[in-house]
Amino acid sequence: MPLLLTAIGLLMVGGLAALCLSRDSRRATIAGAGTAIGGCLIGFVQALAALGGGSLATLRWPWSVPYGSFFVQVDAVSAFFLVTIFAVCGLAAVYGIGYMRSFRERRSSGPPWFFFNLLVAGMALVVMARNGVLFLMAWEIMSLASFFLVTLEDEREEVRRAGWTYLVATHIGTAFLLALFVLLGRDSGSLDFDGFITASGVAHPSANLLFILALVGFGTKGGIMPLHVWLPEAHPAAPSHVSAIMSGVMIKTGIYGLLRTLTFLGPPPAWWGYLLVGIGLISGVLGVLFALAQHDLKRLLAYHSVENIGIIVLGLGLGLLGLSWHSTPLAVLGFGGGLLHVLNHAVFKSLLFLGAGSVLHSTGTREIDGLGGLLKPMPWTGAVFLIGAAAISGLPPLNGFASEFLIYLGAFRGIQSLSSPQLPALLAAIAGLALIGGLAAACFTKAFGTVFLGEPRTEHAHHAHECGPAMRWPMVILAAACGLIGLLSPFVVMAMAPVIESACGLPAIAVERSIVLTKPALDAVVVAGMVAALLLLVLNWIRNRLLATRPVTRSVTWDCGYARPTARMQYTASSFAQPLIQVFHVFLRTRTLLKKPLSYFPSEASLATHTPDICEDKLYRPAFLGTAKALSRLRWLQHGRVQVYILYIAITLLALLVWRLG
Amino acid sequence: MDLASVIHPLLALTLAPLMLGVINRVKACVAGRSGPSVFQTYRDLRKLLAKGAVYSKTTTWVFRAAPPVTLAAILVTVLLLPLGSTAALVAFPGDLVLLAYLLGLARFFIVIGALDTGSSFEGMGASREVQFSALAEPVLLLALAALARETGSASLSEIYAGITATVWAQAGASLAMVIAALLAVFLAENARIPVDDPNTHLELTMIHEVMVLDNSGPDLAFIVYGASVKLWVLGSLLVGLMTPVRSEHVWLDTPVFLLGMFILAVLTGIIESTMARLRLLRVPQMLVGGGALAVFALVLVLR
Repeated sequence: MPLLLTAIGLLMVGGLAALCLSRDSRRATIAGAGTAIGGCLIGFVQALAALGGGSLATLRWPWSVPYGSFFVQVDAVSAFFLVTIFAVCGLAAVYGIGYMRSFRERRSSGPPWFFFNLLVAGMALVVMARNGVLFLMAWEIMSLASFFLVTLEDEREEVRRAGWTYLVATHIGTAFLLALFVLLGRDSGSLDFDGFITASGVAHPSANLLFILALVGFGTKGGIMPLHVWLPEAHPAAPSHVSAIMSGVMIKTGIYGLLRTLTFLGPPPAWWGYLLVGIGLISGVLGVLFALAQHDLKRLLAYHSVENIGIIVLGLGLGLLGLSWHSTPLAVLGFGGGLLHVLNHAVFKSLLFLGAGSVLHSTGTREIDGLGGLLKPMPWTGAVFLIGAAAISGLPPLNGFASEFLIYLGAFRGIQSLSSPQLPALLAAIAGLALIGGLAAACFTKAFGTVFLGEPRTEHAHHAHECGPAMRWPMVILAAACGLIGLLSPFVVMAMAPVIESACGLPAIAVERSIVLTKPALDAVVVAGMVAALLLLVLNWIRNRLLATRPVTRSVTWDCGYARPTARMQYTASSFAQPLIQVFHVFLRTRTLLKKPLSYFPSEASLATHTPDICEDKLYRPAFLGTAKALSRLRWLQHGRVQVYILYIAITLLALLVWRLG
Repeated sequence: MDLASVIHPLLALTLAPLMLGVINRVKACVAGRSGPSVFQTYRDLRKLLAKGAVYSKTTTWVFRAAPPVTLAAILVTVLLLPLGSTAALVAFPGDLVLLAYLLGLARFFIVIGALDTGSSFEGMGASREVQFSALAEPVLLLALAALARETGSASLSEIYAGITATVWAQAGASLAMVIAALLAVFLAENARIPVDDPNTHLELTMIHEVMVLDNSGPDLAFIVYGASVKLWVLGSLLVGLMTPVRSEHVWLDTPVFLLGMFILAVLTGIIESTMARLRLLRVPQMLVGGGALAVFALVLVLR
C-alpha cells in the first residue's frame, strides 16, 4: 500500500514538475514522462503483488474535509483494475514521448504531461478510494484532467465542441453519483464505503433507486448506450496515447464503480440483470453498427469501445441474473467473462488506438478512405494493428475470444439447466454476441483492409513512414499481450478467482468450483489454437517448399484487361460497409448526399455519406434545446452585475440558515 | 480417448473433395450433361499443387499468409466433429462456439487476403462475404442452442450422441426447423446457390470465387481444399441431425453417416439445379428467415 501511494504521489509530483518546466519542452517531457513511466511501473508491480497475495491492504487517515476521510483500500477488484490501469498507462506514456514530439513546435509539452499524470493518478485513486468524498474528488480529477487533454488542440473548432460535449456529459454523470453517495451516506451516517455494506443477504432499503443512479452515473462514464454520445466525440479529439487510455482504461472506471456499488446493495433482483443484458445488447450491436458506418479511423475505434462496454455489461448482466436465480455457474461465468473482457479490451483497444495514432502521425489524416497500402511503409504498425483487429473481433486463440467464450459458456450452461421462462435472456445474449462478433469482424476487415492493404489512395498515404521505437515498442508489447493472455487464458481465469469472488460476493469455494469446471474447455481452446498455429507453420512450409523450384512471378492484380487502372478504382471502406449499413438502415439512418453526373460529358459528380449519432440527433438535441428554451425565461436573473450575484448568494445562505434554525 | 474418434477426421480430410464432385455430378445429370468425374476436385487439387504461382505486386505477406491460415483454422474444426455416438477427438462444453469462431478466423483471413490485392472485384466479394456471414453466425449459434437445450449439453459430441430416434419422436418438429435453419447456414457459408453461384465466372455476381481471383497454384489449392472441408464440416452438423442412428457400433454408424452425407450432396445438387441465385438484397431475408426458424425451434423446445 505505501508503495502504491508512492506511485500516485510520484505521478502527481512529476506532473507538477512538468508544469513548472513548461518553458523547456524537453525537460518537461523528461519530468512528466519519466515519472509517469516510473510511477506506473511501481504501481503495476505492487498491484500485481496485491492481486496475487490476496491480502486486503487498508489505510485510513482522518481528514478535515466534512464527511471525508482519506480511506483507501486495495482488495482483489481494485488490484485487478489497478493492474490494467498501470500497465496500459505506462505503455501509453512511453508512446506519448514519441507522439508528443510532433506537438513540440506548436506548444509546450508541460501542460499535456501534467494532465496526463493527473489523469493516471486520478484513475488509480478512484479504484482505491473507500470514502465518498475522496472518490468523487478522484473522479473529478480524472474527468477534468481528461477534459484538458481532449481539448489540447483547442484551435480546432471540432475539438472545442467535443470537449464541451464531454464536459457536460461527464458532469451530468457526476450529478447522479453525488445523489448516489448522499443517499448511501444518509442511511449509514458516514460516507466511508465500509459503512455502506449491508448485512449479507439483506437488500438495501432503497436498492432499486440506488442501482438506477449508479447505472446512469457510472454508465455515462462507461459509455453505455444511450449515454455514450460524448465518447465518439471526445476520444478521437484527444492525442492518440490519451485516446488509448481513455478508451482502454478510463471508461472502465465506470464499470468499476458499478461493480463497487453492486456490493453495497445486497442480493440483486432479476430485473437488474435483465436491464443490464438489454443495455449490453443494445450498446454492443448498435456500437458496432455505428462503427461500421464511420469514415474516421479514431471515431470508428471509439464506437467500438461502446460495443465492448456492451459486451462487458452483458457479461455482468448475466452474472446478476445468475445471482438472482441462484445459478452459481452463470453468475461466475458472467462476472468472469465481463471482468476478463475489461482487461482484454484495455489491451487491444489501447493497441488499436496507438496504431491509429501512428497512422495519423505518419500520414496526417484519419480518413479511412484516404489511406491504403500502409502495410508496406509501416510493417510494424500494420502487423500489430492486424493482431489487435483479430483480437477485438474475438478470434481464437487471441484474448478477445477467451472472455467472449466465458460469457457464451455461462449462457450455454444456463440453457442446459435453467427453467424455460429464464431462457430468453440467455438466448438473446448468445444471438447478440454472435451478431456482434460477425459485425466486428466485418468492421475490422474494413478498417485494416482499407488502411493497410491495397494501394495508397491519396498523397497522404504515399508519404507514410514507420514510427520511431518509442511509439513502436509499446504497441509490440500490447500485441504480445493479446496473444499471451489468449494462450494463458486457463491460468489467467484461475488467477482471477478472487476478483470474481469479491465482485459477485459468492463464497470462495463455490466460485473456485465453477471456475475449475471451465478449465478443460479453456485448455482445449488453447490446444486447438496451438494445433492451428502448428498446422499453419506446416502448411506454410509445404507451400514454400513446393514453390521453391517453380516459377513464381509478380504481376499486376487481375484487372479484367483494363488498360489504365488507378488506385482510386479500389473498393473503398464506404463501399465495403454499404451492404450491411443498408440492411441496418432502420437504426443507422445514414444520410447520402448525391450529385449525379448529368449530360453526356459530365463534369462533376459527388457522393457523400454521413451517419449522425441517432441518440444525439433524436434524443439529446431536442432535450437540450427544449431545456434551453424553457430556462431562457429565467435569463433576467443573469445580467452580469457581480454585486447582484453576491446578493443572490447572501440571500440563499440566509434562507438556508433560517431553514436550518427554524 | 476412443480410437474410433479418429475415423471422422480421416473421413473428412479424405472425402471432402468427393462431396464437391458428387454435387457437380448431380448438377450435370439434372442438366442432361454427363459432367466431370466425381473425382474431379482431387485432380484439380493435384494440378494446382504442381503449379507455380503468380502474386500481384500490390500484395504483401498478408496475401501469402491468408491461404495457410484459412486452411489451418478449418482443419482444426475437423477435430471437433463427432460421428454418431462416437465422441470427437476434442470434445468439451462450448466446443460449438469454438467451431463457429474458427470458421470466423478462416473467413477473416480470406477476406483480408482478398482486400490485399486492391482489386474492386475482390473488395466487392469480401464485402458480401462479411455481410452474409455476420447474419449467418447468430442463426448457427441459435440453432445449436436449440439442440443444446434439447439434449441438455453444450458439447457437440454429447449433443449429437443425444439426437436419437426417441428424441426425433418427441421433438421432431423443432428438430426439423433446426435442420431448415442449418441448411440456410450451410448454403450461405459454403457459397452455394441460392446465395452464391460457385460456377459463374462473371465476377460481379460472385462472392467466394471472386475473393480468390488472384490466388494461384498451391495457394489456390489450399483454398479449394479448405472450402471443401468447410462444406463437409457444416454438412456433417446437418447430417448428424438427419440420421438419428446411434447404435454404439462405429461400423454401423459410419456407413449410415456417409450415406447421409451423400444424400446431402445430392440434395445440394438438386437445389442448385432447380433454383436461381437470389438477388443479393434477398439473401439477408433468407438468413433472417433461417434465424426465425431457429427461434421457433427454441420456442417449441422451451414449451
